[in-house]
Amino acid sequence: MSGWLKDKEHLARMAGLFALGITAFLVFRWLMVPAGFGLYGHYRAGALDDARARPLHFAGRAACEDCHADVVAARVGSRHARIGCEACHGPLLEHVQAGGEMKPARPDSRVLCARCHQASPWKPKAFPQVVVAEHSPEGPCIACHKAHAPKMS
Amino acid sequence: MNPDRRQFLLETGKLLVLSASASVAWEAIVAGRPETAENYTMTDHWWSMVIDIEACIGCGNCVRACKEENDVPRKEQYFRTWVERYRVKPDDLEHPVVDSPNGGYDGFPDKGGPDAEAKHFFVPKLCNHCSNSPCVQVCPVGATFGSPDGVVLVDKTYCLGCRYCVQACPYGCRFIDPRTETVDKCTLCYHRITKGLTTACCETCPTGARQLGDLKNPKDPIHQFLREHHVLVLKPQMATGAKVYYNGLDGSVR
Repeated sequence: MSGWLKDKEHLARMAGLFALGITAFLVFRWLMVPAGFGLYGHYRAGALDDARARPLHFAGRAACEDCHADVVAARVGSRHARIGCEACHGPLLEHVQAGGEMKPARPDSRVLCARCHQASPWKPKAFPQVVVAEHSPEGPCIACHKAHAPKMS
Repeated sequence: MNPDRRQFLLETGKLLVLSASASVAWEAIVAGRPETAENYTMTDHWWSMVIDIEACIGCGNCVRACKEENDVPRKEQYFRTWVERYRVKPDDLEHPVVDSPNGGYDGFPDKGGPDAEAKHFFVPKLCNHCSNSPCVQVCPVGATFGSPDGVVLVDKTYCLGCRYCVQACPYGCRFIDPRTETVDKCTLCYHRITKGLTTACCETCPTGARQLGDLKNPKDPIHQFLREHHVLVLKPQMATGAKVYYNGLDGSVR
């Protein structure tokens, strides 16, 4: 090899410079481009894990039904049977994680029921609606209606 | 000795082979470890949502639950999902009367009585998780992207806050989070759906007007819903590949 490189030291020098430049570029790129960039596309793959790592607040209906079998039974066949528990009771993962120690506040039925059942021309015609002020001027809705199975009690 | 052709080819061949394997090794080094999640394979899912306008009662549960779950600023104009109410004269689809007081967060206080001449309905909105999304195309740094399971996400550590994507979204689904000056939007509760839960908005919707669907899961009820209803996406003419399907969508909805 040295035979044909004899008069070509300038080429070797140039190759050395190129190697140095390429190494410098690769080191720079390694420092600047975060790990996982380009694994799935033009983005940092770790961002998927970041999105997944956000804290939960709603436990999900299955977690409620694990303990509250009485409510599950009360709701069978009711018109409210399909509604998720946390739709009315609010986010309660904290309650689940505390093993039921953290007692959630009982919702105010006059506010809660009216959110869905206050009459409005925008609501679908088939949806049960009342003008709350006429239907029941005062007192909680749950004095007459059972929230979990909303027939007259 | 002068270099002959054989020697030249040999040396060049060695260089080529060496640099090719080096570049493959290098790619593996810079890429790092593939992401790993327990009990979840991204390629097995393709997320979408159906919204049944005929079932929406405008209670605002979804808006409140979304802000609670995702720590969205409670002030007006910061929404990952919101509900609009429409009043449309049947013969004038071009000029619907639309409002969304606080995005529906406080419900919808009645405004005047019914207009017997018009039709009335609510339209819940959220990121459409487009499969060919304009917001992804305009991001100059790769901070917003479509995940392999069909969710459009934002890398908050990478976002510059340049607002190109806010302008590019035809549905107005993005906002700049004032606390971080980076863009924020619906993630389709990615932290929930990858753990087998449904989104916060679907969890709390009392009428089932919103339903998360996995288009790659043949057992998902979304397939039956899409078969049995005439659904439409918002602004289909923009060819964004939107994956939020609306049942009962009126022509006046933009």
